[in-house]
Amino acid sequence: MISYVIKRLLWAIPTLLGVSILVFSMIHLAPGDPALLMLGEHANKESVDALREQMGLNKPLLEQYYLFVSNAVQGDFGISTLSGEPVIDEFLERFPATVELSIVALIFAIIIGLFAGIISAVKRYSLFDYVSMTTALAGVSMPVFWLGLMLIYFFSIELGWLPVSGRLGYEFDIDKVTGFYLIDSILMKDYEAFWNACKHLVLPALALGTIPMAIIARMTRASMIEVMKEDYVRTAKAKGCTQGQVILIHALKNALMPVITVIGLMVGTLFAGAILTETTFSWPGIGKWLINAVNQRDFPIIQSTTLIIATIFIVINLIVDLLYAVINPKIRLN
Amino acid sequence: MGSKALEFYKQFKKNKTALVGAYVVVFLIICAIFAPILTQYDPLIQNLDNRLIPPFWSKGGSFTHILGTDDFGRDMLTRVLYGARISLTIGIISVSISLSFGVIMGAVAGYFGGLTDLIIMRVVDIMLSIPAILLAIVIVSILGADLFNAMIAIGIVGIPTFARIVRSSVLAEKNKEYVIASRVNGSSDFRLIVFVVLPNCTTPVIVQATMWFASAVLEAAGLSFLGLGAQPPTPEWGAMLADSLQFITTAYWMIIFPGIAIFLTVIGFNLVGDGLMDVLDPKLKEK
Repeated sequence: MISYVIKRLLWAIPTLLGVSILVFSMIHLAPGDPALLMLGEHANKESVDALREQMGLNKPLLEQYYLFVSNAVQGDFGISTLSGEPVIDEFLERFPATVELSIVALIFAIIIGLFAGIISAVKRYSLFDYVSMTTALAGVSMPVFWLGLMLIYFFSIELGWLPVSGRLGYEFDIDKVTGFYLIDSILMKDYEAFWNACKHLVLPALALGTIPMAIIARMTRASMIEVMKEDYVRTAKAKGCTQGQVILIHALKNALMPVITVIGLMVGTLFAGAILTETTFSWPGIGKWLINAVNQRDFPIIQSTTLIIATIFIVINLIVDLLYAVINPKIRLN
Repeated sequence: MGSKALEFYKQFKKNKTALVGAYVVVFLIICAIFAPILTQYDPLIQNLDNRLIPPFWSKGGSFTHILGTDDFGRDMLTRVLYGARISLTIGIISVSISLSFGVIMGAVAGYFGGLTDLIIMRVVDIMLSIPAILLAIVIVSILGADLFNAMIAIGIVGIPTFARIVRSSVLAEKNKEYVIASRVNGSSDFRLIVFVVLPNCTTPVIVQATMWFASAVLEAAGLSFLGLGAQPPTPEWGAMLADSLQFITTAYWMIIFPGIAIFLTVIGFNLVGDGLMDVLDPKLKEK
């Protein structure tokens, strides 16, 4: 097991280095002078020179890369060309909003996806199976931003049940302790703000969680059907276990293995989907911030966001792989 | 060959959902090709007197503009139909880029193995470690935001998936007897890869290309929605949805129809891909 962990950890290092090279190269791959690109065609020579100096663009390429990586490791991602603020401060201010949205979306996806997948597998070819699997198929093909717009139209505009956009009503003011409004409002014992934050979260989380939910439902169903054919499930039934015991104790535990891997891989999908969902719902997370940065060619923001998200993605994949090896001895023995 | 095609068609027909997908795809192709015949309006010419007319079933709507008009008085049906042309073009160009580079990288990695394989597959791993839409955004931020660059970006994003698939197929094929026989006969590496090994690796590539077509349309619509792909007044479905955001309270038809078009295209190609997988390589589905 230890050798597997070491091997897997070592394997992640070149990938991380590769991502850092790719992200670093961005600014140099763009056609034209990077400083001029960021400041615009009409920038004067002094500002362009100052930016070149500030970003170290006058230094040899290798030295620039070394500085980029060593600064990034220390959490220094440079200064935003637009706001003049350190990129990491702006990132950390917005990151909790994206994480909160992604976690709620993932919880929704796991609960509904697992439930629909298990029932569909157990009641195969029933009306529930057909309806849930058709919904899941539609969910996989659904553009997340369109689903978001439709949800806004029906639940916010037509029915008036939920807010159209944003993270919290203007009448509420929450002290940012963790940056997660659900937690911060509870810490402040402001339950009205908590309820308001919940209401703001419902539609974006529903939109963002639909594709992962559909994938989890389809995957769980397929995996459960496969496992239900196994001898040990037949033995459990023969022993006189109830259907609930067979499903929850014997089948589900084994059927969940591929599902766990898929859930791990979904973190990337969620972050990517968050970019589109945040734009639709004016959610003040890193997605919306990143798109503004792309439109304004604020490279330090684009570079840092890409590097941090890719690193999180790689680390989560690593954790999932290791967890998988703990659950499934076949992996580590191979 | 004729009997093989017939057999394929018979098998494909058995899968009802795949058949529905195929009908949707054929319908889209017809819409794209015959758009100028199917509608009398121009997708770009503005008519401000006809702003925000609702569809014919809504109050104030008429059969002159069946699906209503947008904020510049342009016919929605016309723009959705012409949008099919753009989306299918995006699919074709993006898949061609992914396919050509992915096949070359995968074939070279799988066939030569060793250091070549290690380097190529590391590059592939690095590309896969960045979520697809984020990588596409990064590439667009380098190239600049427009529709053609978005197609290139989506094409590049698809390369690693094709490379992985082709590599594993080549690895499975390269030590088979027919390849060894051809090598003994004096075939060069190039000839072996292109004419002997690759023709036997087409099945998973065809399935993946169909699935990736759906993803390409979806990603391109996403990029355009973010303002990083097609720019106004291009009748691209994602860009049309971005435009509809400000009219969400007043003109529901501007949100609904471009979205349905994207959804139908994506689900159509996904169903066809699923059906192809069933017919061409059922084992692939089990994997």
